[in-house]
Amino acid sequence: MQTFFSIGVDALAYGMILFVISIGLSVTMGLMRVINLAHGAFAMIGGYIASYAARDLGLAYGLAIAIAVLGTIIIAVPLERFLYRRIYGAPELTQVLMTIGITFCVIGLANYVFGPTLKTIPLPAGLQGPVDIGFRTIAAHKLFAIGCGVVVALALWYLIERTSFGVKLRASVDNTAMAAALGVRTKIVYAASFALAVGLAAFGGVIGAELLPVEPYYALRYMVTFLVVVSVGGAGSIPGALIACLLLGAIDTTGRYLVPEYGEFFFYLAVIAIVWVFPRGLMGRAK
Amino acid sequence: MSAGVSVTAMPAQNRGWQRDLIGIAVILIAAMAGYFLFPDNLALLTRMIAIMLLVLSLDLVTGYCGVATLGHAALFGSGAYAAGIAAAHFGITEPITMIAIGAVGGALAGLISGIVILRGHGLAQLVLSIAIIHLFHEAANKASQYTGGSDGLSGISPDPILGVFEFDLWGRTAYVFGIVLLLLVFILLRILVRSPFGMLCRGIRQDPIRVSAMGASVKLTLIKMYVISGLVAGVGGAFNAVSTQVVGLDSLSFTNSAEALVMLVLGGVGSLYGALIGTIAFVWIEDLVSAANPFHWLTIVGALLIAVVLFAPKGLYGTAATLVERYRRGGK
Repeated sequence: MQTFFSIGVDALAYGMILFVISIGLSVTMGLMRVINLAHGAFAMIGGYIASYAARDLGLAYGLAIAIAVLGTIIIAVPLERFLYRRIYGAPELTQVLMTIGITFCVIGLANYVFGPTLKTIPLPAGLQGPVDIGFRTIAAHKLFAIGCGVVVALALWYLIERTSFGVKLRASVDNTAMAAALGVRTKIVYAASFALAVGLAAFGGVIGAELLPVEPYYALRYMVTFLVVVSVGGAGSIPGALIACLLLGAIDTTGRYLVPEYGEFFFYLAVIAIVWVFPRGLMGRAK
Repeated sequence: MSAGVSVTAMPAQNRGWQRDLIGIAVILIAAMAGYFLFPDNLALLTRMIAIMLLVLSLDLVTGYCGVATLGHAALFGSGAYAAGIAAAHFGITEPITMIAIGAVGGALAGLISGIVILRGHGLAQLVLSIAIIHLFHEAANKASQYTGGSDGLSGISPDPILGVFEFDLWGRTAYVFGIVLLLLVFILLRILVRSPFGMLCRGIRQDPIRVSAMGASVKLTLIKMYVISGLVAGVGGAFNAVSTQVVGLDSLSFTNSAEALVMLVLGGVGSLYGALIGTIAFVWIEDLVSAANPFHWLTIVGALLIAVVLFAPKGLYGTAATLVERYRRGGK
């Protein structure tokens, strides 16, 4: 029972962090049809900036998160303008190459600037130690991660379903040419949602640093995981991504607890099985 | 249905064969130049040959069939481990038999990954290919009693080739053996891509719906190509095992797959010469840069990729061929 409970909490926390990081990828992939392998690199940049701000400059945790999100967006927007915009609508191979090139560059530069060691982001006193929830205790940062995931999911739902930006975004996802003809400035929508996606990635990278440690190969190590979430959930679908994250989080965490000697073997096996059964994702729309 | 294709291809065929003879001659000259100019670097050149076989094999599925995969090292690594395990655990140390075993191992891995990868399209296909390479990697890591796990598989000591040519300390035998293998594979692949089957694969890359409307089975053709690709990659892997006498887990790594794709794109997708040129350029730059500063290696690969995508989408060979063509037309 104890094991079952800890697996459940860990899986939920892991799944929520996956969700915060990859939901942006899912939205941009549904919108711009770009296979962005560099998404994890943005989460990693966020982690590095937060680590620098909190550990080396001694800033407060909340401030470090804000700086990380803003800093990553500032780095990413020129990339969207000069590199990504050229590969919208290009063949898959071109997109894969461009974004994997960006990933390699980010890894190489991070390795050079920050060194190959693991970076920690010191947690504030309130998030350290366990929290008593009546019948069990949970690590506070895991609870925090779960809370962040829920807040992000609700905020995104509100943004996409209830605001005028959301209407424009959905219109552009469904039919870019038609939306543009009706006066939606799709380039702005693209850039704004790209910035939003990157900001969320950075946010997830920071709050998830306890579970997905920040180091130069972060971008490559978790690249697959984020892509898998989108592929399993179906590009552009928030509920799909949420289900996929919780499912994959559960599979991965259970595997680590019960059969650690197999590494991620069962995770990838499950991925192949799920994609095999649902080639367009759980909630994906037919082409 | 292939008859319609080959009628248009016929007139160009004669000139094509002449061009192939020139190509083979160029490869031979380059091989000899490498042997005499860099006698101390034969190990690097030999590794280059093994990687060339991997990139050629990747070109078959990516260049000729249009399947974007980031998991092609699974085929190469399987070939390497098949040959290595045969030598280290079952005492099969005859090099040519080892290569054959590697080819079979690679073909089996090609069959498995082909069946899995071709299930999806676009993003799903890519994710499946990445999952495959990680799955192979984890499996090899776990089966450490056969594969040596993360320590690598050692204890491979191949016999002299044909009982005559012993593998020497300077790697001369391995180099010549590799060149012979590479030429054989190259000639066979040249015939393959010209055959009706090769034409069919190109047709699938351009328009799979049309090909299936003509009555050919798209999936079966692609899986066949995957098995052939596995044979080639397996030969490469086995040759790597024979020449270096160790097999490491890195031969089954994602990085290895991604680098093979970079080499192919650098040289030019969809051309066998492009695969060869891309490998030479990449491995050579890698050697130079990592000798100078290993930290910047990944940064440079990344920048190189972005530059190729932006400025030379056809790769080195494709761009050069276009320039030569333009020059000829301008000259007339």
